[in-house]
Amino acid sequence: MPFDTLPARSGLGLKAQHYAQIIAEKPELGFFEVHAENYMGEGGPPHRYLAAICEHYPLSLHGVGLSIGGEQPLDRDHLFRLRALVERYRPASFSEHLAWSSHDEGYLNDLLPVPYTPKTLDRVVAHIDEVQQILGRRMLLENPSTYVLFEESTIDEVAFLAAIAERTGCGLLLDVNNVMVSAVNHRLDPIAYIDRFPVHHVGEIHLAGYDETTDDAGERLLIDAHGSRVRPDVFELYRYTIAHTGALPTLIEWDNNVPAFDVLMDEVRLVDEVLDGTLNRRLAS
Amino acid sequence: MTSQHQFIRALTDPAQPVPVGLVSPRGTADTKRFAVYRNNVHVSLVGAIAARFPVTRQLVGEEFFTGMARLYVGQNKPRGPVLLHYGDSFPDFIGQFPPAAGLPYLPDLARLEAAWTETYNAADAAVLMAADLNTIAGDALAKLDLALAPSTRLVRSSFPVGSLWSAHQTTPVTIPALSGSECVLLTRPQAEVRLTIIPPAAFTFLKAIEQGRNLGRAAEAVLADFPDFDPGAALVGLAGLGVFAALDKEHVDV
Repeated sequence: MPFDTLPARSGLGLKAQHYAQIIAEKPELGFFEVHAENYMGEGGPPHRYLAAICEHYPLSLHGVGLSIGGEQPLDRDHLFRLRALVERYRPASFSEHLAWSSHDEGYLNDLLPVPYTPKTLDRVVAHIDEVQQILGRRMLLENPSTYVLFEESTIDEVAFLAAIAERTGCGLLLDVNNVMVSAVNHRLDPIAYIDRFPVHHVGEIHLAGYDETTDDAGERLLIDAHGSRVRPDVFELYRYTIAHTGALPTLIEWDNNVPAFDVLMDEVRLVDEVLDGTLNRRLAS
Repeated sequence: MTSQHQFIRALTDPAQPVPVGLVSPRGTADTKRFAVYRNNVHVSLVGAIAARFPVTRQLVGEEFFTGMARLYVGQNKPRGPVLLHYGDSFPDFIGQFPPAAGLPYLPDLARLEAAWTETYNAADAAVLMAADLNTIAGDALAKLDLALAPSTRLVRSSFPVGSLWSAHQTTPVTIPALSGSECVLLTRPQAEVRLTIIPPAAFTFLKAIEQGRNLGRAAEAVLADFPDFDPGAALVGLAGLGVFAALDKEHVDV
């Protein structure tokens, strides 16, 4: 039976090396998330395992290749593949990124940044309208992590995302690690970003670990790496966010150097403590 | 204004400067910041190739593989966002890559790995069971057109690439003798991919069936080159490996 909404619990990215353990042990977990593009093969073990896992857990379908911020029209074939996947698995949530990844030269497999101007706002709004129309459902749009700024930008990122949500009716996916990465990289205050974020549109939160390097001037440059535990400052920002928003479905993303499943479950327990804590505070008040 | 075309040109050519209009919070062009995007593109695409060709990577080592894959990725961007079959032309690229010339079996080994992914992701379909052949009336069997299952792949090499691949599925790896040709069959009988080294006669038989010959004509084609070929035994053995698609209803005696 399909699940209609993601529960306000912690979830994990589903990795092929953990399929068998998950099916055998059925760990206590709010939901699983998969990258849509990894399930666009016609058949075989990935679909068999995903179908089995969807019998026990709500599914979040997370696209990485739609290129919603692209200058070019959306790839219709890809949208139809996505629709087929949505119809097959009836996920509780579908989300994508405020980014672009495709151009004439091909697909670049990275989430590239978009300038924030009235013109790019119109383009992104039109693309999201098209996605929601073809999929026949509301989507969530994720805030990006970025390493450069565009001189031409005239709208700040939070206002840009809020305007998209207002105009398209889409929800937002608040990636707290991305907030920290972009805030440090662009010398912004992450708390102020959360305070201004239109939290009533948020349908899911993402957490992940970042890496760290320096830029040409030797200043801190954070990289959205998804290859480690959630860093302490991001976890603090998450506590702050949840105190502000109330409990929300929260995904731990770990896509590179994927550890043993039990390590991921340790992260899950830390997130659940925060989510339980906010419930307890509300019950006591 | 920075167009996405300019962005990509600078992204894919490290000799190009950071595109005008992309800045750090100090308002300056910053090479190391832009390099994060360059690096992400390369690392993620090289990672996709490494994930599809794990034995090729083991055979040449991490450093050699990454260098070779970076060159490939630089010249061959994926056409779309589904990367399951990205790298179809990587085996041919290896065959043209002079530093790999000392490992003549490497392109075929990579071809086998590319085929393995195709078998893994192929459409689910019912397969012909050996017992199904009993439902075919005697004289109809020779005229029967069988289709290969969507997951069936055939790889022939002048090198023992099936044995070489199999040797890398366990640790420690014991490299087999690297001489002698091999015919390799990939199927997905019980949901998981299965690799079987088959005799050249069986390979020729399957190729004839794949080309649309009925069972009788396919068997004749094999017997011309392999007089000892036993088509009945081959058919039962191959069906047991899940090679053939299930029969259409019209072929089945009810």
